[in-house]
Amino acid sequence: MAAQIFSAIFVIIIGVGGCVAYFWGANKLLDLVFPSRGVSGSAAVDNLRRQGLVRPWLFVGPAMIILTIYLIYPVIETLRLSFLDRGGEHFVGLANYQWALGDHDFRNSIFNNILWLAVVPAACTFLGLIIAVLTDKIWWGTIAKSLIFLPLAISFVGASVIWKFIYEYRGEGQVQIGLLNAIIQYFGGQPQVWISLPFWNNFFLMIILIWIQTGFAMVILSSALRGIPEETLEAAVIDGANPFQIFWKIMVPQIWGTIAVVWTTITILVLKVFDIVLTMTNGQWNSQVLANLMFDWMFRGGGDFGRGATIAIIIMIAVIPIMVWNIRQANKETGGH
Amino acid sequence: MAASTGKSFVNRFGVHIAVLIFVVIWTIPTLGILVSSLRDKDQIIASGWWNSFSSSSQTEAGRLPPASAQTQKDGKYVIEGNVFGDGAKRAISAFGTKAAAPTQYKAGTAADLGDGVSLQVNGDGSFVLASPKAFEGDRGQRVYYASSAPPKFTTDNYDAVLFSEGIGRSFMNSLTVTIPSTIIPILIAAFAAYALAWMRFPGRALLIAVIIGLLVVPLQMSLIPLLKLYNGVGTFFGVPSKTYLGIWLAHTGFGLPFAIYLLRSYIAGLPREIMESARIDGASDFEIFVKIVLPLSFPVLASFAIFQFLWVWNDLLVAMVFLGTAPDQIVLTAKLNALLGSRGGNWEILTTSAFITIIVPLIVFFSLQRYFVRGLLAGSVKGG
Repeated sequence: MAAQIFSAIFVIIIGVGGCVAYFWGANKLLDLVFPSRGVSGSAAVDNLRRQGLVRPWLFVGPAMIILTIYLIYPVIETLRLSFLDRGGEHFVGLANYQWALGDHDFRNSIFNNILWLAVVPAACTFLGLIIAVLTDKIWWGTIAKSLIFLPLAISFVGASVIWKFIYEYRGEGQVQIGLLNAIIQYFGGQPQVWISLPFWNNFFLMIILIWIQTGFAMVILSSALRGIPEETLEAAVIDGANPFQIFWKIMVPQIWGTIAVVWTTITILVLKVFDIVLTMTNGQWNSQVLANLMFDWMFRGGGDFGRGATIAIIIMIAVIPIMVWNIRQANKETGGH
Repeated sequence: MAASTGKSFVNRFGVHIAVLIFVVIWTIPTLGILVSSLRDKDQIIASGWWNSFSSSSQTEAGRLPPASAQTQKDGKYVIEGNVFGDGAKRAISAFGTKAAAPTQYKAGTAADLGDGVSLQVNGDGSFVLASPKAFEGDRGQRVYYASSAPPKFTTDNYDAVLFSEGIGRSFMNSLTVTIPSTIIPILIAAFAAYALAWMRFPGRALLIAVIIGLLVVPLQMSLIPLLKLYNGVGTFFGVPSKTYLGIWLAHTGFGLPFAIYLLRSYIAGLPREIMESARIDGASDFEIFVKIVLPLSFPVLASFAIFQFLWVWNDLLVAMVFLGTAPDQIVLTAKLNALLGSRGGNWEILTTSAFITIIVPLIVFFSLQRYFVRGLLAGSVKGG
């Protein structure tokens, strides 16, 4: 273990030192090759221009190399692998995609993913908005917000354990140590094994993600609400609008853009949700989702890279519309800079 | 903002109640594992954690010794003893002889069982069964009693989990993964962000678009090719394919798009005059970056560092693909996932391990919440 700590510290020093050395050294080298000081006027101008051509690439170079290896090349390679067999050796055309369409688990995953997409972003945004509006009105709102925001710092695995404890089931008549079944039994209901009830178990898993992400929605929307000009709200009050009308007709339309951002951010997260399903059910009882199915195929029976890659591509296809929208938004915003 | 609405007392009261309900729902789950992790492991299964501050009481059943144990005393036949036998004693609050009424009599009182037979069970478990006639049969009297154990809190679970379940080792592994993975991307991203914000070069707009596109590329797209690549590199150089170096670089790669995006939008917003006056004074881009941009960007660097730290610490997927599951490599999240499988019913272990995995993020979160929120706002509001 000491060796491990030592090597971690060593890597931090090497990594940071290496970065500093690279940036500083490359820059120095550039100054040496194309000197701008101590040479005649026209040569200096020429060299400055050459420096200006090269230097940006020295700055973005390391980032570009890493991005290429870790993201750009894999995207292309995954696309290629999705047309190959399990070992990635023989071309099989669309066989993997055909398999996916007919596979029970895959169809179940698609169905569940659509369910997640329909429920989680909407629930988080809605709850986040309500809490943001309510906490703005009270003196202890900041404390309340921190507490609701807190689950965002908790890992999906940790959150899964927390909620598994809440859903814990003991036989009927026994002392229920899971909060949910205890409440149900207190009111005379029948305790259930919540996470193995097909179809409904999806919702019990979704609650975990909603619990985590509502704080995110709340913080973003709360800051957007603060940006609403006072006058529009005052005018609405003078006109006799009730709080609900103010909320739906004045506030919500003004922060529509932010709502869309929150919604799409959570949508992407939902498409990638993996940890919660793995730890709670590992896809049993019809609760499979694409990301977990993909992980499963990566390692099942030594791994089927063709099918795994195909599932990854399906997730990617679902993300592309949001990606395009993001790029267009960003272009609009940075157009002037 | 909303001072003008909801002025009536009832309205304001309603808002307080509503927020309180939300806060309670959002904190109860975490509180549950914190409390449970500190409880005695026998009590965790005996009562819900919300009852942990009251004595946990449970109804138990036992059988008194058979007729052979009787003695004669004052002309009566008497069987004496303790319902707990030689085992651990608990406090008894009530007892009974019928399953339908297990707590019919208070402890310390004598129950009349008919035919002159009386049974007294005391709070400490000792009992006296007396009868004018001799007892017969080799099956003793059935007795039910409500026993209660005082609330017991302990740090034993933490000892057990940290040292014998391997969580302590995993904690170190998580730190080993997280700290380099947080620090390395910062400098690389900062230089790139500065170039993308303030330097002119062909292809800059395209590069920015690519980075914004990469922001949302699912990690799943990268896993298989990188796994193959790592296996290939490992075989080629004859080294293991699952190494800390591998995961440090992977986290660096996966964190870079967000880092560059976040830093760029901040650095681009720095006042142009500062850069230009420095340039007129003869400072090169490198000097401007190191002496002006880096110090001014401290808040956003802190934001990113917190994000990346939490992300890497909480990550399960990357760790499961790029690190092994041996004790010297398994990180906290993966260890917790493994414990869920192997120790599924041992809630004292699961709740304690879970609390250890979330304690570091919670500390980081509470102490640096300001930067975290700032990063969230900058990262998602501007262009998404």
